[in-house]
Amino acid sequence: MSIEVRNLSKRFNGFQAVKDTNLKLESGSLTALLGPSGSGKSTLLRMIAGLEVPDTGAIHLTGREATHVSAKERNVGFVFQHYALFKHMTVFENIAFGLRVRKQKESEILERVYELLSLIQLTGYDKRFPAQLSGGQRQRVAVARALAPRPEVLLLDEPFGALDAKVREELREWILKLHEESHVTTLFVTHDQQEALEVASRILIMNHGAIEQDGTPIEIFDKPASHFIAQFVGETNYIDTEVSEKGLAVWGPFRFPVNPTLPLKQKIRIYFRPNDVYMTAQFETLQVRARIAKARFKGTIIEYKLDIGEDKHISAQIPKGVALASGFKDGQEVYAAITAFHVFPIES
Amino acid sequence: MKLKSTGVLPGFGLTMGFTVTYLCLIVLIPLGALILKATSLSWGQFLDTVTSPRVLASYRLSFGAAFIGALINSIFGFMVAWVLVRYEFPGKRLVDAMVDLPFALPTAVAGIALTALYTTNGWLGRWLEPLGIHVAFTPLGVIVAVTFIGLPFVVRTLQPVLESLDPEMEKAAVSLGANRWYTLSRVVFPSLVPAWITGFSLAFARAVGEYGSVIFISGNMPMKTEIAPLLIITKLEQYDYAGATAIAVVMLVVSFFLLLGVNWLQARTGRHRAT
Repeated sequence: MSIEVRNLSKRFNGFQAVKDTNLKLESGSLTALLGPSGSGKSTLLRMIAGLEVPDTGAIHLTGREATHVSAKERNVGFVFQHYALFKHMTVFENIAFGLRVRKQKESEILERVYELLSLIQLTGYDKRFPAQLSGGQRQRVAVARALAPRPEVLLLDEPFGALDAKVREELREWILKLHEESHVTTLFVTHDQQEALEVASRILIMNHGAIEQDGTPIEIFDKPASHFIAQFVGETNYIDTEVSEKGLAVWGPFRFPVNPTLPLKQKIRIYFRPNDVYMTAQFETLQVRARIAKARFKGTIIEYKLDIGEDKHISAQIPKGVALASGFKDGQEVYAAITAFHVFPIES
Repeated sequence: MKLKSTGVLPGFGLTMGFTVTYLCLIVLIPLGALILKATSLSWGQFLDTVTSPRVLASYRLSFGAAFIGALINSIFGFMVAWVLVRYEFPGKRLVDAMVDLPFALPTAVAGIALTALYTTNGWLGRWLEPLGIHVAFTPLGVIVAVTFIGLPFVVRTLQPVLESLDPEMEKAAVSLGANRWYTLSRVVFPSLVPAWITGFSLAFARAVGEYGSVIFISGNMPMKTEIAPLLIITKLEQYDYAGATAIAVVMLVVSFFLLLGVNWLQARTGRHRAT
């Protein structure tokens, strides 16, 4: 089932949570709604589910106008950040809830619940109460409960937000697998970019109540559409400078070719990722001289703070193997070049 | 069962010893003395006393009215708690404070006020009497009085539980297709049951033992509107201490088993808390 949202707005006590938002999701897609807290992503999701009423705009589910259809008739599965399981019911009864509401036959309920229990790898846990499960297990039960009535859309609100890193990673894998098997149109909200990049085939980035960019993970990562996205997604260096001559900006020893249509003296901010800094011990080509001020071990990579003179610093990331083979040390002279960057004018 | 646990928290021996001593002094010894006093009667005399028609009628009234009063309180107390927790309205704090009034008011004052309201010429009585509803000096009056004094127990036990009830749970039910009534009956009510039972049993226990407010409104007619605590007082005034304690012992035993049953029910409905 496809989801289409047109010019949706919502205001809470004078705070514009969502403003004039449009989006269109194809049937069977897996999409992430990524943004910092307070960006309006949960509100948007809740409006699609019918748990919040929009002030203006329209929501279409499978081409049908659903803006004023009540939540219980939308056939949308919703998974809450803090599970919202029914504490007084067993795992079985929790999953069966949506089926009992629909007055399905007992034999069908039994079959469907056990099918889902095996899907969430909790076979044999049917008689437990939510309080007897771990966080990851509870969230899996919540997903099964949402899936039980075979919704056409699955919406997840920060589904892994309350879990620890290891469990999050397992659940990411699991949700991907689940989507491959069920092909239910899925939209999940997250503030964790790693989660969005890894799981979704498409990412919508929200900021201040509006969608700022809509693209594949690679597009989002490599072609940020705004200052905000350049800073928000992935690690980045940023430097402020201005256009010094037509099509060129200078910052310390670095020279950046910029869009020649930018006027002279235009203030700009240049973003580049630490792993787009090409750093070698020997001069190769087009590099500037720098000195390693500090190395930081970050697991599979090592991050170097480079002193490039004039009290200016940038950070560079090198895969650990390469770094160890090159034998970089604090205080050592190295050569660095910036291989990819993005320029955004600063509006004054 | 291990009696003494060696945990990180010190002071088990001290606090346990204090608790036992305290409970003995305040609860067990007086109750023991009561039973001891009752044993000064022979078994036959005891049975004669507690099964005399007048005493049996008073038991029926005391326990019956307490039960009905607690039942009424469970329903309307829930509504009061619900309104106080779920909605914002002007004067909410005033209403909230009013709930505790039956706790604070001397029960005799409550009894006199209720009687004045419900007699033939009272503000409410004058409208009810023509309809054939007699409240003052009837068993109905006893129910009204014990309902009045029992209300805060239900409201105050339900309120914190309602406040801690995750509103997302209800939203989850709605997103699964449940209508309002289904959500209330399958999600909200069952979550409240343990607290509800506690509130009910507190209101019930309080009503069984209630004396001050009831004796004014009931009229104290033997066989009709005479409550058991009043019979005890009557016996005491006639220096029949053993007879008074006999009636009291039966009340004690019945109350004890009722509360025990309530506790068992509560443990059963609270199963899901176990981890």
